[in-house]
Amino acid sequence: MKYTPVIGLEIHVELKTKSKMFCGCSADYFGQKPNTHTCPVCLGLPGALPVPNQQAIDWCVMIGMALNCEIPLFSKFDRKNYFYPDLAKGYQISQYDQPFCLKGSIKLSNGKTIGITRVHMEEDTAKLMHEGKDSLVDFNRSGVPLVEIVTEPDFDNAADVKEYLQKLQQIVRYLNVANADMEKGDMRLEPNISLRKEDEKYLPKYKVEVKNINSFRFVEKTIEYEITRQTEILDSGKLPAQETRGWDEKKQITYSQRTKEEANEYRYFPEPDIPPLRWNKSSIRQLAKQMPELPDAKLKRFQKEYDLPIYDAEILTREKSMADYFEECVKVSTLQPKSIANYIINKKINIEEVLPAMLVKQIIQSTQTATVDDESLGKIIDEVISENQKAVEDFKNGKETVIMFLVGQVMKKSKQKLDANIVKTLLIKKLNSYG
Amino acid sequence: MKIDVAHVAKLANLPLTDEEKKKFEKQLSSILEYIAKLNEVDTKNIEPTSQVTGLENVTREDITAPSFTQDEALSNTTSKHNGLFKVPAILES
Amino acid sequence: MNLNQLTISEAKEGLKEKKFSSVELTKACLLQIEKHNKELNAFLTICKDKALAAAKKADEKLKNGDTSPLLGIPFSMKDVYSTKNVRTTAGSKVLDNYIPPYNATVYQKLVNAGAILLGKTNCDAWGHGGSTENSDFGVTKNPWNKDYVAGGSSGGSTAALASDMTIFEIGEDTGGSIRLPASFCSTVGLKVTYGRVSRYGAIAYASSLDTMGPITKSVEDAAYLLEIIAGGDEKDATSSPRNVPLYTKHLTNNIRGLRIGLPKEFFGKGLDIEVKQTIDEAIKTLTSQGAEIVDASIPSVEYGIATYYIIAPSETSSNLARYDGIRYGNKRSSFGDEAKRRIMIGTYALSAGYYDAYYKKAMQVRTMIKNDFTKAFEKCDVILSPVSPTPPFKIGEKTDDPLQMYLVDIYTVLINLAGVPSLALPCGFSKNNLPIGMQLIGPQFSEDKILNAGYQFEQATKWHKQKPNL
Repeated sequence: MKYTPVIGLEIHVELKTKSKMFCGCSADYFGQKPNTHTCPVCLGLPGALPVPNQQAIDWCVMIGMALNCEIPLFSKFDRKNYFYPDLAKGYQISQYDQPFCLKGSIKLSNGKTIGITRVHMEEDTAKLMHEGKDSLVDFNRSGVPLVEIVTEPDFDNAADVKEYLQKLQQIVRYLNVANADMEKGDMRLEPNISLRKEDEKYLPKYKVEVKNINSFRFVEKTIEYEITRQTEILDSGKLPAQETRGWDEKKQITYSQRTKEEANEYRYFPEPDIPPLRWNKSSIRQLAKQMPELPDAKLKRFQKEYDLPIYDAEILTREKSMADYFEECVKVSTLQPKSIANYIINKKINIEEVLPAMLVKQIIQSTQTATVDDESLGKIIDEVISENQKAVEDFKNGKETVIMFLVGQVMKKSKQKLDANIVKTLLIKKLNSYG
Repeated sequence: MKIDVAHVAKLANLPLTDEEKKKFEKQLSSILEYIAKLNEVDTKNIEPTSQVTGLENVTREDITAPSFTQDEALSNTTSKHNGLFKVPAILES
Repeated sequence: MNLNQLTISEAKEGLKEKKFSSVELTKACLLQIEKHNKELNAFLTICKDKALAAAKKADEKLKNGDTSPLLGIPFSMKDVYSTKNVRTTAGSKVLDNYIPPYNATVYQKLVNAGAILLGKTNCDAWGHGGSTENSDFGVTKNPWNKDYVAGGSSGGSTAALASDMTIFEIGEDTGGSIRLPASFCSTVGLKVTYGRVSRYGAIAYASSLDTMGPITKSVEDAAYLLEIIAGGDEKDATSSPRNVPLYTKHLTNNIRGLRIGLPKEFFGKGLDIEVKQTIDEAIKTLTSQGAEIVDASIPSVEYGIATYYIIAPSETSSNLARYDGIRYGNKRSSFGDEAKRRIMIGTYALSAGYYDAYYKKAMQVRTMIKNDFTKAFEKCDVILSPVSPTPPFKIGEKTDDPLQMYLVDIYTVLINLAGVPSLALPCGFSKNNLPIGMQLIGPQFSEDKILNAGYQFEQATKWHKQKPNL
């Protein structure tokens, strides 16, 4: 039987605010001594109260805007109640029915549009480590601002998922609101994967959620593994279980973690400790103004404004810092943007080390040609002609492309940077005179 | 009104003895019966009130404040190991 | 008169005039605690050494001319306030050994003002109750008659105050937890407008209903304390940034023309005849002072308890989820019966398929209750009502029937649901010499008005001067 994968994604992105979502503890927890970035609020001590971080809220909304979401004017926080040792309060402050951002979309390079269901703000949980018969808990991560981005089940293959992830990572990095480093856990991916029969339109009756995918490399592997696993189950006439599975990096398989509780058993209700949030049109406009040019727009502009091929523009706009660097170089020089692009791309310039002005100088030096007197150049050309009779013949027989090969041979022999045009002109002249 | 005490207790993470379950089922049922009084009230088109202050947009600036020391954070637990809280293993494989 | 019987204003005066020292005042309270706490069970934790050391320091400061508003005055708090390095139990065995590493805002403000913590007082565990019979550390007895309950949940607070173990108390009121015990023990108790006083560091029962307020020997003391503890707090997003008026300055205004509303629903069936007669007398006093009586109606009264017992347990089921015995405290099996009941009611009301029928419905009725008060206050300045439908009841009388216990709060929960302030104050005694209280309810942030009316009533009656025979 042929099946079509139905894949939706939940992505969690940790914001790089200075402080946590609901308290003043430093959010920069990575590699810190355990339980030293904690306070009554993020440890969930009796009596502590949350006060939301405005910066995190603004950034969440900016992510939503970058994903073409609607920003409802009214929003609120809710409590999501469940028990787990990494959850300090026995509930997570999240958003339920009125998130900050709704109904967005993102376009992939193949023209496919992926629907964004919602983008909402919540808090991260503590970090659990497993050691023999014990689990150990570090609350430094507890309460770090976390943005959840949920897509529609619009994916049907792993490659698109990967591209979407890369795009999302690129966007949040452009916005400068998150590091989105999967290996460090700044960006976490939970795909929902199921299969439907190719000729059916409706969604499958089950959904498998996969957790613990902590690297870009494993995203495709996980999805492909699940597709194979579920195909086998379906082919045997059974229905895969609705469950949460984990990715086992060593064995390269997914394994069952727990049968998923019904979503509505989270007993959501409005967070009584935090007054609701209301935007007005001008405050939203204000935020929109703070948004930098986004990757897709920049890519188009680079192609148009600098007359660059898509290949170059794509490389130059992959990271905002690179794009900015390129534009700075263009600004401080009279060189053709294309030659700057070539140089940056071919020489794999480390933009941290070479200042734009310096780079421009390097490019100019590199293109400066040595002046060789006609006599010695003529000598070299003669030598090349006599050593490459086959090519000369080809040229005479009308295969004009061969000329560049000969120019190259002259360059090589001269061991100097020569102006290719001059060499070419002289070469043709000589070849013709040999008649 | 019937309440599935075992299910609710499980959701609430409350370990109950069989005796407690029996006792609570009776008590909770009578409370729920009383609460059902609200069904009499016509609440069509009435907005729910979850907070009474009328406050909106109360947030704080993104500024860090001092945190607890590790000792302070762990000062009320007896179950710790190397600066971490220790709980029974919850591996799920 | 013994020093421990003084009000704040009297104690302040005496300290200023050097009639006695803070150490003497503190010792007098500690002595009274020593004498009577065993029997009354008002205090769960007594900070004798810390209090005496602080008193000594306060005396130094007094000598140096420090004029901090509560300098050298001993007090106690309901055991729900986080007090750094002082055990805080919320009346529950779950927190039997919990020592908070931080201070509640209210406590911090009092310490900054120079007050001296004597100890922490008993309450129904987590604030769940109206009699302190749900305290995991035993019931608090009523100083007026030890066979009777002191009320709850802040029963330890009012018993401590009524028996003069302390100069003032800070309680907490979610559905009547300050006012009911105040009325059962003949003390003044102020339930503030929700948001008037920071909740930060007070162990949450039901977050959208919890309010922090003073329990005192006089209305003047309550006004004085409110000036100190009220105000916006950047650690509590639901606290109001409104200016804090000088409440004590408004006390002496005359109340001529004050329109007092008497909602008929508060005086219907179920109201004990002695309570009714006592309230009637109080109304006469107020009208003789120039107040006008007007009709009022709060039609939603009959739905108050049902609404409250959905919203409060729902919130409490979530608030008590953090007690998992990992970071602090004991395991969840250590919850008492009432906590378990409320956690389960709340869990049920929020669970799949029931949310709309229970929680959402209750939030809608809450809107109606709030609107009823708004409407009522268009026609009157304050509302007067009994605090409890009956005088104090006997210990054990209602413990077998949780629902009967809930109904004790019938006149108090509405005020929390509406978020408005209410001042409970003594207005007489039953034939059995058990205290009866009334409450003056005002619109949001009208504490100045209800304190003014209460003060005028108090000056005319002096019920607050009566002392139990211990």
